[in-house]
Amino acid sequence: MSAALKVPSAPQLRVRDLRVEFPTRRGLLTAVDGVSFDVAPGEVLGLVGESGAGKSLTGAALIRLLEPPGRIAGGEIELGGQRIDTLPAEEFRHLRGGRIAMVFQDPLTSLNPLFTIGDQIVETIRIHLDLSPENARKRAVALLEEVGIPAPAERLDAYPHEFSGGMRQRVVIALALAADPAIVIADEPTTALDVSVQAQVIAVLKRLCRERGTSVILITHDMGVIAETADRVAVMYAGRIVEIGPVREVIEAPQHPYTRGLMGAIPSLEGSATRLEQIPGAMPRLDSIPAGCAFNPRCAFATERCVRERPAPMPSGNALVSCFLVADGTLKPHAKAKADSGVHAADVGPAAGASAPLVAVENLTKVFNVSRPWLYRVLQGEKQRFLTAVDGVSFAIPRGHTFALVGESGSGKSTVAKTIVGLVRPTAGRIMFDGTDISSDEAKGADAAIRQRLTMIFQDPYASLNPRMMAAAIVAEPLRAFQPDLSRAEVDDAVAELLGHVRLSPKDGVKFPHEFSGGQRQRIAIARALASKPEFIVCDEPTSALDVSVQAQILNLMRDLQDELGLTYLLISHNLAVVRHMANEIGVLYLGRLVEVAPAHELFSAPRHPYTRMLLAAVPSMDMTDRAAPAVQGEIPNPINPPSGCTFHPRCPLADDRCKRERPPARQLGASQVACFKAEDAVP
Amino acid sequence: MTDDTASAPLSPLRARLRSWAHSDVLYSFRRSPTIVVSALVLAVILMGALLAPLVSPQNPFDPASLNLMDGKTPPMTPNQFTGESFLLGTDDQGRDVLSVILYGSRISLLVGFASVLLSAVMGVLLGLIAGYRGGQIDNLIMRVADVQLTFPSILVALMIFGVVKGFLPPQAHENAALPVLIFSIGLSAWPQYARTVRGVTMVERNKEYVQAARVIGLRPMIIMTRHVLPNVLGPVLVIATLGLALAIISEATLSFLGVGVPPTNPSLGTLIRIGQEYIASGEWWILFFPALTLLALSLSVNLIGDWLRDALNPKLR
Repeated sequence: MSAALKVPSAPQLRVRDLRVEFPTRRGLLTAVDGVSFDVAPGEVLGLVGESGAGKSLTGAALIRLLEPPGRIAGGEIELGGQRIDTLPAEEFRHLRGGRIAMVFQDPLTSLNPLFTIGDQIVETIRIHLDLSPENARKRAVALLEEVGIPAPAERLDAYPHEFSGGMRQRVVIALALAADPAIVIADEPTTALDVSVQAQVIAVLKRLCRERGTSVILITHDMGVIAETADRVAVMYAGRIVEIGPVREVIEAPQHPYTRGLMGAIPSLEGSATRLEQIPGAMPRLDSIPAGCAFNPRCAFATERCVRERPAPMPSGNALVSCFLVADGTLKPHAKAKADSGVHAADVGPAAGASAPLVAVENLTKVFNVSRPWLYRVLQGEKQRFLTAVDGVSFAIPRGHTFALVGESGSGKSTVAKTIVGLVRPTAGRIMFDGTDISSDEAKGADAAIRQRLTMIFQDPYASLNPRMMAAAIVAEPLRAFQPDLSRAEVDDAVAELLGHVRLSPKDGVKFPHEFSGGQRQRIAIARALASKPEFIVCDEPTSALDVSVQAQILNLMRDLQDELGLTYLLISHNLAVVRHMANEIGVLYLGRLVEVAPAHELFSAPRHPYTRMLLAAVPSMDMTDRAAPAVQGEIPNPINPPSGCTFHPRCPLADDRCKRERPPARQLGASQVACFKAEDAVP
Repeated sequence: MTDDTASAPLSPLRARLRSWAHSDVLYSFRRSPTIVVSALVLAVILMGALLAPLVSPQNPFDPASLNLMDGKTPPMTPNQFTGESFLLGTDDQGRDVLSVILYGSRISLLVGFASVLLSAVMGVLLGLIAGYRGGQIDNLIMRVADVQLTFPSILVALMIFGVVKGFLPPQAHENAALPVLIFSIGLSAWPQYARTVRGVTMVERNKEYVQAARVIGLRPMIIMTRHVLPNVLGPVLVIATLGLALAIISEATLSFLGVGVPPTNPSLGTLIRIGQEYIASGEWWILFFPALTLLALSLSVNLIGDWLRDALNPKLR
């Protein structure tokens, strides 16, 4: 056995042939199938995979929190040399929270809202350690201090809702570490957090586990987080580990065809190729895992043996790879081509800047009234409260270009999108579409002709398709709305053509949304958006609900359609790498204000606004150059009470008195527009 | 969906049928003996009521077929005067209890279904508008519903019944009794539907598929009927089923109180009222069998409603 599976010292955790099954009426589903790995003391093992890969179930099985009817059907789990999968439930209960702890994804729901965080931490400590209430409290304060909660002694008696998302996740980590566990299972611990907060939480988790020698199993779909945190990584596919090895090797020289595809599908912050590598198809459903190698239908190299026989993990270099082709030397490790920092593909857009803009947003402002009901206000003497979601935003998009709006949650990016397509009325400002004001009251009524020319793709393909309508009817809806005189046959033909556009077959038309995978659903949503032959499409986080390999398919499709049909996109995203891959120009939003607008290459090569720099620094990087912990501080303040002057000043390293008093206007700096007094000084 | 062998596109109807045949609802139906039995009981009562003229031993509304001498014959015992025997006995007028039950359940079921239809249509419509429009319209509709909900529904039905009867000329009372009954029971139950539909509508309205429809520029009326309505029908089906049992009982209560259908055209409730006059003198069957039928009917409908609620809500499975 190679170093990938066996670790030099005695392993903290040893898993062999773990098998998790779900008996259902449609047969026995095997969600985790023959998974083996070791975790050394103090080691961070990353468990990555797309949704349905079985990574979370592996974690749940280790701590025995499988939802019935799920059950461990085979295999061995040893913790510190002791077999734990055969322990009776009552004895296992003492391990849980004691020697094995868990950090869940959502810090909102993993703390009990009715108890102070102190109560919850002290409770955990006293269950597992023999400490007096006073000593347990002291220990809780020390823990909170370690995870970086300011003024821990006072905050101990606060309730979970009094903490921000990032602080809450720190509390959850403190809770997990309360009883000095031997191993922590962290299931997507940062997925619910914004990038700038994610970086801080990862840093805390990594530091604490290193200091205490606690092992960590980090379950995530985000290769960037793995690259920054893990020592070794196991890549899962359809319930099996396809590759396990040192993190640097797996990322830089992936061996298994799936891992290669996965790495190629991830858009990177450095300039990237025109098209992302894409793996055809999607992860199989649990009831239809192919025989032989589970990846064989999607694998470009698959041979007849891959269909017949299931490959066992075989040593290759420092890794273990479940692939015949790697084992017999047909496939050599695939060194990732270093990204050329040359001209980015999206930078050479069609007719750059020459034509008049197709869409121009001028001084757009949206204020929401978030007051309580009037009777309550009268009785309590409260004033009305307003939330300024969008505050004086202006930008223009030339025909055929992609303009991206990036920002963390609460930055108002989705509100801008909804205002443009008319779902939300602006409080002030204008939206010009091809020279016509489409935001004014007069334009509201009879503008079907213009409405037809702009449309929207939504974030969640599970919610954006009516579950009671068949795909063909969904796609046909805009046709029937805008061209009511079309005959049935004409509509059917148009639908078939649209489905073809998005690489679906016409016979998919009679299926219901639940019969499709996430990526296919998003294709249907795109087909619907294309039905009215629009010129401009607003894409609100079009891939954030999708897995990376599927994301690559959708992004490539969007690029192809842009070329074929000359579309103009407004792309809303929190994912800077996606934006880098797609956009010509980028606007950065912070608390409803545009802080920087710049051409894509300019923004990434010479970010000027301090917030832009902070965002870029916070993105977990795949190059693993062991950079210093990013200088990211604080979290987005409550938009109901935004800071005075420049709203970024409390988090800004450059802020002075003027920033606290005055709101900085947008200034032209090079090719960028920056709303910052200090930006000039900061240009490197 | 592994059976996707057909290479030709399925017809939309077949696609819908296929999706139903594979649905969890049908599966959970087959897995629950209680529900299968309930459905059987309901089917027997429904068939009996529908086919009453064909299957009942006599027509209890035809005076010619009645013999007063047959009055108060116990079940399955020959009458002491005529020697005739009746499966479930006869009432004081010599009417065969089985026959009056069959005919009586027709009235009960008619009132039940019709009033549920009335309240469902009204409640769904108002609930959709309130939930989708929001604001003042929502306030108005829901406050009216709240006020009505503060009174017991049987009281509301009684009141409506009384008021409507007051407007009708006395000679029309006999013929109008049934429609008035349906109207008053139906009107007393709409707030349940409106509340539920409003809640679901408010959730669905914020989902992206509704926003997508708005981006296309569909009119609110079309969005409500084509997009929101099909997605709120699940809960409506559940309330309607439970409401059916409730409406049948309401009708029985009103008839028992003597304000419902007249004794010449008795429903199950009227039969129970008639029967309770004889319970003290030992003629138990006149009360017992109609009451048993009402119990079996409302219990099976209720059980089916409860099961539907669980089967349609994936969170409870």
